[in-house]
Amino acid sequence: MKGRNWILAILLTTSALCFAKATNDWLRSVPQSDRDRVNPYAGKPEAVAAGAILFHNNCAQCHGNDADGKFSRPSVRSNEVRNATDGDLAWLLKNGDVYRGMPRWSGLPEQERWQIIAYIRSLEPSTFAEGQK
Amino acid sequence: MSKRYAGWRTRCSIQIWLLSVIVGCLTFGWTQIANAQQEPPYFVTYSSVLEEPGNLEIENQNIAAAPKNANRFFAPTLEFEYGVTAWWTAEAYVQGQTTQNDSAVFTGFRFENRFRPLPREHWINPVLYIEYEDVNKADKSFLEVTGNDSIATLQVPNALLRKEVERSVEGKLILSSYAKGWNFSENIISEKAVNEAEPWEFGYALAASRPLTLVGSPNSCVICRQNIAAGAELFGGLGTRYNFGLKQTEQYAGPTVAMNTPQGWTFKFSPEFGLNDNSVGVLWRFGASYEVQQFRDWFRRKK
Repeated sequence: MKGRNWILAILLTTSALCFAKATNDWLRSVPQSDRDRVNPYAGKPEAVAAGAILFHNNCAQCHGNDADGKFSRPSVRSNEVRNATDGDLAWLLKNGDVYRGMPRWSGLPEQERWQIIAYIRSLEPSTFAEGQK
Repeated sequence: MSKRYAGWRTRCSIQIWLLSVIVGCLTFGWTQIANAQQEPPYFVTYSSVLEEPGNLEIENQNIAAAPKNANRFFAPTLEFEYGVTAWWTAEAYVQGQTTQNDSAVFTGFRFENRFRPLPREHWINPVLYIEYEDVNKADKSFLEVTGNDSIATLQVPNALLRKEVERSVEGKLILSSYAKGWNFSENIISEKAVNEAEPWEFGYALAASRPLTLVGSPNSCVICRQNIAAGAELFGGLGTRYNFGLKQTEQYAGPTVAMNTPQGWTFKFSPEFGLNDNSVGVLWRFGASYEVQQFRDWFRRKK
């Protein structure tokens, strides 16, 4: 019986820790080495064009064709995204923020994820008031 | 063969095809742009890729084979996969088969759930899989191979096989990793019948694949390298708790290829070759799927 209680306690503690970690802002989870990474496609018009197609095929379903968010899902033109480094965004695309609904995109090749980031960087700031997104 | 029996057989065959056609027409009508670029081109092996939350994927995968000393068969499976959250995917299957010179039968259904327990991406990513299946012995879907299944079962008429229903719980440990654009996936399978006294059965599936190019094209295209992925699969049984090993098991291996279209369709094809005398010579697999993006938004009122 004692053994069962221990297992239950460990499971509950682990779940609580996972939940606590999950509720943290994803930006705080990005390791410095990832944050400092540089987009090899930054500013390249061909990469931006390819990124636009990839964005519309994979990301627009949640973030909208105008990238300004859809229902409760956030805009990628927000200040939070604009202030993040390319490395931060690359980390987010790879790992997702699964407890807040953002899936991992590790199945997309890394080059394509960088192309998407190049496209996101080419977007104008959000037309909505900041804080709404 | 009586006229009544022949009529029943034809009706069943028509029902299976009608179901496939209805689903095909419904999905073809949708105009939303969708793409399942993430998914590796596997039929049996699962990778760590889950359905995007809110998306509904409808897939029809089929298998055709001409086993030695048995009648040819065709077995379609209809699959509904829904992304409940970013870490949980649920699926339901209905399946049937039609055998030449025999009959067409509904073989059963399955419910499954896949969970990713770790919130971050690692060099190897585990996924936990749990499935309940209610299928009769006439099942020829080869969605997985476990235990000591034998090619000899394929010689038994459907009328006898369909009377034996097996309800079982199946668990899989799915391991998957990405390296330089390649996906490597390993599945360890265990299955236990809950309605009869059979021992635990085991199986495995291994696969690797890669898109033909890792860089996106600046031009929209349908038949281009970025939309095509190719790889190979190896799967088979590992016997039972009391008879563990490769002896008297079915083993298959073969290349596999998938193409995603920008309109949301994915097409897959794979010939899988039997590796021992206990396996079917070649299993011809082909499938088509459509992903309904953000299906849950259909039930939301406003932005």
